[in-house]
Amino acid sequence: MSVLVDKNTRVVVQGITGNNGSFHSRQCLEYGTNIVAGVTPGKGGQIFDDKVPVFDSVHQAVAETGANASLVFVPPPFAADSILEAVDAGVGVVICITEGIPTRDMAEVKQVLDKSSTVLIGPNCPGIITPGECKMGIMPGYIHKPGKVGVISRSGTLTYEAVWQLTVRGHGQSTCIGIGGDPIIGTTHMDAVKLFNADPDTDAIILIGEIGGSAEEEAAAYIKDFVNKPVAAFIAGMTAPPGRRMGHAGAIVSGGSGTAEAKIAALKDAGIAVAETPSVIADTLLTVYSS
Amino acid sequence: MNIHEFQAKVLFEQYGIPVPGGQTAQRREDFEKALNALPDGGVVVKSQIHAGGRGKGTFTDGYEGGVQVLATKEEALESAGRMLGNTLVTHQTGPVGRKVQTVYFTEISQIEKEYYLAILLDRATSKPVIVASTEGGVDIEKVASEAPEKITRVFIDPIHGLMPYQARQVALGLGFKGVAFRQAVKIVQALYRLFHEKDASLVEINPLILTKEGNVEALDAKMGFDDNALYRHEDISALRDLNEEDPKEVEASRHSLNYIALDGNIACMVNGAGLAMATMDIIKHFGGNPANFLDVGGGANEEQVTQAFKIILSDPNVKGILVNIFGGIMKCDIIAAGIIGAAKSVHIEVPLVVRLEGTNVDRGKQLLKESDLAINSADSLSEAAEKIVQLAAQN
Repeated sequence: MSVLVDKNTRVVVQGITGNNGSFHSRQCLEYGTNIVAGVTPGKGGQIFDDKVPVFDSVHQAVAETGANASLVFVPPPFAADSILEAVDAGVGVVICITEGIPTRDMAEVKQVLDKSSTVLIGPNCPGIITPGECKMGIMPGYIHKPGKVGVISRSGTLTYEAVWQLTVRGHGQSTCIGIGGDPIIGTTHMDAVKLFNADPDTDAIILIGEIGGSAEEEAAAYIKDFVNKPVAAFIAGMTAPPGRRMGHAGAIVSGGSGTAEAKIAALKDAGIAVAETPSVIADTLLTVYSS
Repeated sequence: MNIHEFQAKVLFEQYGIPVPGGQTAQRREDFEKALNALPDGGVVVKSQIHAGGRGKGTFTDGYEGGVQVLATKEEALESAGRMLGNTLVTHQTGPVGRKVQTVYFTEISQIEKEYYLAILLDRATSKPVIVASTEGGVDIEKVASEAPEKITRVFIDPIHGLMPYQARQVALGLGFKGVAFRQAVKIVQALYRLFHEKDASLVEINPLILTKEGNVEALDAKMGFDDNALYRHEDISALRDLNEEDPKEVEASRHSLNYIALDGNIACMVNGAGLAMATMDIIKHFGGNPANFLDVGGGANEEQVTQAFKIILSDPNVKGILVNIFGGIMKCDIIAAGIIGAAKSVHIEVPLVVRLEGTNVDRGKQLLKESDLAINSADSLSEAAEKIVQLAAQN
């Protein structure tokens, strides 16, 4: 089983006719994701790859196809508007891959999200995958394997690293959520932990964080109080200099807060097994979890 | 993106936030003209670099104080002469320091009391927050840990914006009364308008002062902007000072590479920001020191990999290179071909360890093996890190 997306998820891709949107839509279709619609304003009526009808608006796509999840590949200046359009159309799960959305736009989106029932994953993320059922994102599908470990991460390739370590050791994943590397994201570490904790088919959790903000500390506090499933974690950025943005807009130690040391201390305090290097993320989980 | 104090003060003036009169000069021959434009009497001479702690900083030639309050224009002229072109080291610059390319002369304000006022994003609530303190002119982090009761925080709804009563809360929190209270309310409102309209990531006034005459003004100004929003602010983008950035980082950004120079000797080239940080960490874990952060992105081509090698090798400290790629959509054999092509066109004299994982990894490794280049292949990230630390130490 899984969280948020599964074989019944009906996906609409916003920005399906763009470069990134079309490339990754094909990859998702190949994986078996049920993409039922695309949206590109002004291109309604087209059929994408002879398979997927394109609409002018998300509302039309939802009305015509019953889409219940959206994958957003819209460029940064228009991405916030696209997310809000999906929320307004009542789409339950929105995955925004776009990197580079202005923080001010996301601050406004976040206020709207807080008052709606839509779950946003991202932006600036690799997406979400329930192995064998539904891939909504840019991750390579084949490294995943259906199973019982839930994976949460702010990073893309670092997640692939951890997932691959699990897969080659014979451990599959229930769902992998790339929550995104921006300072304002829809679903935080703690939100994702709550989902996995409530999922009867997730037996263990891997939490991958990095410098900046305090989301890992908040998740650690929640895990300490409410989670009995085994959890392993890794935090990237021990060697990052303060005040510098390390690639991700949200990966910055500012004013002494958001350091890797503080996050690791909070995770350890919550009884979470913390991997010393990115090479041993799966092995660290396996010290506290056996299926 | 950060800007200089004098640039921030121009923005402050545009938004009606009072600042002491000031003049800048980038050349010695302009000092007198700048000074003559200020009223008679004392002058503050301020080094303009993108770092805090300037007042307590020391220049590399031993001259002390990057900000000086001087009684006469003659003294100001001499002081500016010592600052311009000199390298200022503060607790924020690191030991290398920053070269002063602009000197800022301002009028002296008569200070009755100093305060702290800033607006930034609070990540936990996803809202802008105003941070104000009655303890100005000192490190706000120090106040936060030692006397948190002296800090007022007001959170702003991003959709409604700053309400007037919230601006009054801030001014009251700082203890302003009467005319000064009304001035402070206006300053808080103007500061938020500036923060919001220009997509700032930070505006900070430290200190904000009450003058002996009873007026409120910004003695210092610090601003940072959201890089993701620069596309809609040509005026702000124009304020970028490339002199403040590492030339290697400027070159990297021209090729859409994300590079940050560090002071170690093992360079790394990685796809993805999180994995790039983790790669730096594992180099350190095995006893080495990373020379840089470098994310070549998800779809790096041979041209970008070549540029990345050139930038890495322009750092004379580099004694070894670790390439760590997790091939996903981007296949390992394509990346291997890129590395081989790049390594051939750029002369690499230091040890190179390549670790590939992911799609078509076997074909990628085969290509590296078949090339007649001295590339060390590694199967796992730990093996790769151990290997490069060892090789760099021997080199």
